[in-house]
Amino acid sequence: MSTKKVISGNYTASYASMLCRAEVVPAYPITPQTTIVEKIAEFVASGQMKAQYINVESEHSAMAACISAALTGVRTFTATSAHGLVLMHEMLHWAAGARTPVIMANINRALAPPWNVWADHTDSMSQRDTGWIQIYCSSNQEVLDTLILCYKVCEQPDIMLPAMVNLDAFILSHTSEVVDVPDQKEVDDFLPQFNPEIKLDVDEPLSFGTLAFPSSWYMEWRYKIQHAHDLAAKRLVEEAKAFEKHFGRPWGGLIEEYRSKDAEIILVTMSTIASTTKDVVDSLRDQGRDVGLVRIKSFRPFPTKDLREALGHAKVVGVADRSHTFGNEGPLFTEVKGALYNHDRRPPLVGFTVGIGGRDVLGSTIEGLYDHLEKVADGEAYKEVRWIDLIGDEEEVV
Amino acid sequence: MKEIRFHGRGGQGAVIASNILANAAFLEGKDVQAFPFFGVERRGAPVTAFTRLDEKPIRIKYFIYNPNYVIVLDESLLKAVDVTAGLKDPGIVVVNSKRTPEEMELSQYKVATVDATSIALDNGLGSKVSPIVNTVMLGAFSIATSVIKLESILESIPGQVPIKAEENTKACKTAAEKIVLHW
Amino acid sequence: MDRPRKDERPDYKTWKDIPLTPVCNFTTIKGNPTGGWRTFRPIVDMDKCIKCGICWQDCPDAAIVWEEDHPVWLYSHCKGCGICARECPSDAIEMELEVKI
Ligand code: SF4
Ligand code: SF4
Repeated sequence: MSTKKVISGNYTASYASMLCRAEVVPAYPITPQTTIVEKIAEFVASGQMKAQYINVESEHSAMAACISAALTGVRTFTATSAHGLVLMHEMLHWAAGARTPVIMANINRALAPPWNVWADHTDSMSQRDTGWIQIYCSSNQEVLDTLILCYKVCEQPDIMLPAMVNLDAFILSHTSEVVDVPDQKEVDDFLPQFNPEIKLDVDEPLSFGTLAFPSSWYMEWRYKIQHAHDLAAKRLVEEAKAFEKHFGRPWGGLIEEYRSKDAEIILVTMSTIASTTKDVVDSLRDQGRDVGLVRIKSFRPFPTKDLREALGHAKVVGVADRSHTFGNEGPLFTEVKGALYNHDRRPPLVGFTVGIGGRDVLGSTIEGLYDHLEKVADGEAYKEVRWIDLIGDEEEVV
Repeated sequence: MKEIRFHGRGGQGAVIASNILANAAFLEGKDVQAFPFFGVERRGAPVTAFTRLDEKPIRIKYFIYNPNYVIVLDESLLKAVDVTAGLKDPGIVVVNSKRTPEEMELSQYKVATVDATSIALDNGLGSKVSPIVNTVMLGAFSIATSVIKLESILESIPGQVPIKAEENTKACKTAAEKIVLHW
Repeated sequence: MDRPRKDERPDYKTWKDIPLTPVCNFTTIKGNPTGGWRTFRPIVDMDKCIKCGICWQDCPDAAIVWEEDHPVWLYSHCKGCGICARECPSDAIEMELEVKI
């Protein structure tokens, strides 16, 4: 029997790691992730959770410990945020390359300077090429469900990839919401034991992390990571169906379409901004305006095919990014444009950089984006990339 | 949807109060959100916390700017913070105080008061310098507004306060009796 | 994909054949004699050696084996890094240029 609890996004992640029976949890505290690992330490100390909690000296070590533990065939969990995540960077590549299904909660937080502990996706976006699966959540329930689903998918013998489950700093991490927490048996029945085919074994020694040459197998090993991502895109959707059957709650697909199938004007975004956008879409629809939302849940694997189907019919598409690739534009914007370029139907696209460093994204902020998109749909000249709510002046076209 | 803002000082339990209220509303079948002001916390500094409750699923994920109700855990904050900022009309302010709305310069609002500090100390909650008044204020809030039943608050206290569940429950009930509605 | 068998030369034909996790089933010491990389050779003076085992413990290539009560150097694998000589507490190991020997 599941129990409904009013708990924060962070505690939700802690519960998920316990219910998924993570056996090794190496972690280093950082705001706003700290309460995840505090709670896990409590679970372990009280004997509720049978895991080895490892105090490490840095996030780099935390990830190194996760990889090593996973290579011995045990289930691992860790959590971090912002500067912690970027310090892990080298080891993130290693985790994916070594094909260890490490599961990590990342609290999306801005990077310094200037210091800022609030919601921003720059930390995880800058880990795009590490080979990790990246899912972005828009509610605490989704944090729990996604963590369970990721263990299920990532540990499959033909996937074996690490996954990062992202939740917005404070907006989810420190906000209590109603979460349906399954009991241990329900999770055990869904999630088999982790039993990798290749692991460290003193009786059958193998060298891990060996050299591979230009002439043979390095490129092939890299291709296999891509191949696993292609499989993971399918497997996430299949396992989500099994999840729904088992837990009685849908997880959905790599994207979520909200009143967008018959909409002319579509906003594409992620995480908690997308949740607020649903209310905005409803109220604009009530006014007879032709708007919809497409929420990207899986950023890696990137849902190119789904996006083509979901966006091809639109008159104009806006993409709201809570991060920015300096020297260009929002990373989500780039990727959505890329997905549509080779498609026969290519609506005009506008990129919005919004909510940087936790600047509050209100319903009215999002309404402003739709206003802007309507003008583009009416044929007004537009800037391809907009920084929203800059104080005092608009961005400058140089 | 109802939106509630708590004003307290670090250590008085404003954040826990926002959670107790959310949990109580959840017990009544509502969807809820509770969150602290996303700041950098220090003991003694002004703290703000929020609760949102609704019959329908809550999807908005931004701050509360126009609360229906404000709960002030520490009267001295009236001087330091604009506690009625953005308060909806007609809003209700529940203050931990022995004074009248006129004395507090709050007479343009619907005000309810309770001497939460004395009730907390009578029940051994906190110390004279830092009484823990959160559960007391929630007892008063349930009477001052029709948003939440006292029983629901009492039911959700034990799972949310770290210690002294019984004392908190008793203090909460006392506040419900001693509250003064100035309207 | 099966776990590669120890010290058995695999016959991979396509990317489909290689194991998912990049591993090598040849341990360095067996499949790859690295002694030829050496510029300096560690030479022990057994009269000075106090048989503490530090060289044996610290050799990164496991090129020192312990026989009965003393260290023995496997020159087929010693890379000549000099760690043993640096760490020996009684200065019993000298690094000599290979060409001279
Ligand atoms: S020189 Fe280096 S490789 Fe050779 S035995 Fe000494 S420590 Fe080992
Ligand atoms: S470290 Fe030096 S003294 Fe110790 S066993 Fe090796 S050669 Fe002998």
